[in-house]
Amino acid sequence: MTNQKSALRVAFPYTIPVMAGYLVLGTAYGILMNSKGLSLIWILVASIFAYAGSMQFVAVSLLASAFDPLGAFLMTLMVNARHLFYAISMLGKYRGSGRIKPYLIFSLTDETFSIVCSAEPPQGTSRKWFYFFISLLDHSYWIAGSVLGGILGSLIEFDTKGIDFVLTALFVVILINQWRSTKNHLPAMIGIASALLCRIIFGASNFIIPSMLLILLLMTLLKRPMERGINK
Amino acid sequence: MNYTTPQLIIFFGIVAFGTLLTRALPFILIPEKKEIPKFLKYLADVLPFTIIGLLVVYCLKDVSFVNTPHALPEIISIAVIVVLHLWKKNTLLSIGGGTVLYMILIQYVFK
Repeated sequence: MTNQKSALRVAFPYTIPVMAGYLVLGTAYGILMNSKGLSLIWILVASIFAYAGSMQFVAVSLLASAFDPLGAFLMTLMVNARHLFYAISMLGKYRGSGRIKPYLIFSLTDETFSIVCSAEPPQGTSRKWFYFFISLLDHSYWIAGSVLGGILGSLIEFDTKGIDFVLTALFVVILINQWRSTKNHLPAMIGIASALLCRIIFGASNFIIPSMLLILLLMTLLKRPMERGINK
Repeated sequence: MNYTTPQLIIFFGIVAFGTLLTRALPFILIPEKKEIPKFLKYLADVLPFTIIGLLVVYCLKDVSFVNTPHALPEIISIAVIVVLHLWKKNTLLSIGGGTVLYMILIQYVFK
């Protein structure tokens, strides 16, 4: 038990930026669901089981159109295809986490990935519990935020326009930290350049999968220069 | 929203399943006992650096340079985040400062 307690204490500070982002965005999500006439139970169900951050906003917009299970499924796969990359990146690190592994996989959102992919537990801290508490804390921030939003609903009015920029800011800061941690900037530049190019060619709603394919192609072609200086 | 309760259950079930599938597929294909192929190991080392760049672009996907305000709120806010972060190296300050600035910009300055 003390092992887990210390892992929780070590994990918490890493999650503070996500706490800020998720409480705010989760609240916005709850307010949005509430405005579509969904009760607190559905907000809770969606945030606990269909936990996907940005995909949950897409799901709200789907709810506005006619019931289309296949369309909803394909849309989910499209929007969340990038999670394939997260899972590949965590294949090794999540090995040997035993019975908590399914939860680690289930809760691998953009924001949780952005932390677990670079954070290393200090010596003496159990790796799997470190990852577990980062995942669990992030998940609970999201649930707490969305329930809060569902309750607040129309009770108060404040202009939240632009608040979703908090996640952009989080990713920019992570990008800077990664940039400073290595001398080889080719992987980062390929990510940005591929996404930008595909965004221009394929438009805002269809560029994720082409970007992923382009990234895979470039990674295959540029294996040598890409690996140089990346910490193993 | 005019979904019935069973339709809502199916709908959220599908979204939950589709999301889990994208996260679980690599783990299902490469179970614990199987050695991770060399190419995937290489991807695992390099992808984290690549994906964060993709995510930044993903967050900004709806921004237009052509229409007013010509992406100025985003450009200014990100520039401030970069300078603030290189200067103070305080994650919360950079994120909080950048977000508040962005909200002020789009609510009052470039409305």
